[in-house]
Amino acid sequence: MAKTPSTFLNMVLALFLCSFISAVALGGVYILTKDKIALAKTVGKVSAFENVLPDFNNDPFAEKYIVSTEKGNLVFYPGKKDGKLVGIAVDTFSMRGYGGKVSVLAGFLPDGSIYNALVTDHKETPGLGSKMAASQSDFPLQFKGKDPKTFQLKVKKDGGDVDAITSATVSSRAYCEALATAYEAVKKVLK
Amino acid sequence: MNQRANFLKGFLRENPILVLVLGTCPTLAVTTSAVSGIGMGLATTFVLICSNAAIAMIKDLIPDKVRIPCYIVVIAAFVTIVDLLMAAYTPALHATLGIFIPLIVVNCIILGRAESYAAKNAVLPSIIDGTGMGLGFTLALLVMGVVRELLGSGSFFGHKFITGDGMLMFVLAPGAFICLGFLIALVNGINRKLAGR
Repeated sequence: MAKTPSTFLNMVLALFLCSFISAVALGGVYILTKDKIALAKTVGKVSAFENVLPDFNNDPFAEKYIVSTEKGNLVFYPGKKDGKLVGIAVDTFSMRGYGGKVSVLAGFLPDGSIYNALVTDHKETPGLGSKMAASQSDFPLQFKGKDPKTFQLKVKKDGGDVDAITSATVSSRAYCEALATAYEAVKKVLK
Repeated sequence: MNQRANFLKGFLRENPILVLVLGTCPTLAVTTSAVSGIGMGLATTFVLICSNAAIAMIKDLIPDKVRIPCYIVVIAAFVTIVDLLMAAYTPALHATLGIFIPLIVVNCIILGRAESYAAKNAVLPSIIDGTGMGLGFTLALLVMGVVRELLGSGSFFGHKFITGDGMLMFVLAPGAFICLGFLIALVNGINRKLAGR
C-alpha cells in the first residue's frame, strides 16, 4: 500500500481519526474500570478507619463533617458504637513534607489522645521519608495512645518529644505538624 | 533477520537501557525495590507491544508530517489504559509507581521503537520486537531493583534479612546512577565477549 501523502486534508483526517479512536477506547476502559477503582479506594479508606478508630459500628463516611482551621479545612469522620462516640478520624495534612503534601489519617479518642495514625498519601523520598508510612518502621508507633497535652508533637531537635526518622527530619516534622493541626481542631470539637 | 534474533536482541545486544541507554528516567526512579522494578517493566512492555502493533497497522495511513503526533496519541491511549487497569486491579503497586505510570508516554523506548521499527516493519515482527525490547527493559529494571534493594534496604523482594538500614545511598539517586553504570559496563563486557567469539 502506498504511503498517504501529506496533504492538509489527510493530516487533519489522520489526526482526527487517531484521537477519536483513542478517545472511544479510553471511554470504554474507563467505564469498565470505574467501579473497580472506586471500590479499591473505598476498601483502602474503610481499612484505614478500622486501623485508626477503636471498634465502631456506624458508617464514618456518611457522618463526615468539615472543620475549618487556619491551615485549611479538615474532614472529620466520627466513629460511633451503638450511637456513642468512640473516636474521630481526622483527614489531616501538612504542606511541609520533603516532597510537598503529606496526608495523614489521625484517629483521636474522645478524651483527646491519639489512638493511631497512618499516612494515606505522601511523596517523600523512598527509603527515607517514606518510612513514616505504617509497617515501614517504628516511627508511627510512638504516637499510639499519647495525649498531645503532655506529649509535645514536635521532633526532639525542635524541643518536642518525637523521635524523628533517621535522616528524614523534614518528613518527621511534616508528620508531626499534620497531627498537631488535627489535634488543635479536635480540641475545639470535643469541647 | 530471523524472528528469534529479533526477539532476543532486546535482552543483550540492543538492550534498551543498558546498550541504547533509552528510558533511564523511570529506570533510575522506580527501581528502589525489585517488585516496583518488575511492575514498571511489565507495564511498559504491555504499552510497547500494543503501540508497536497499532503503529505497524496504521503506518501507511498516517501522512509523514503528522506521524509523531499520531504515534503519541496512540501511545498515550495505551498508557492511560494501563494506568486505569492498574488502579483497578493492583492499587498497591499503582500507588508505589505513582506518576511514573503516566510518564510511560514520554519514555523514549516506546516512541523510539515506534519510529525506528514499527513504522518500517509489518505487524508481527513489530510485536516480537516490542515483546523482546519490553522484556529486556523489565529484566534490566529487575536486576537494578534487586541490587538496590539488597544493598539499600537489605531485603530481597520485600523479605528483610538484616536488622536496621542497609546502605541508604543505594535507595537514593546516586546509588541508582552507580548501579546503572556498573550494569552498563557489565553488559558491554558481555556483548564484547559474544561479538569476539
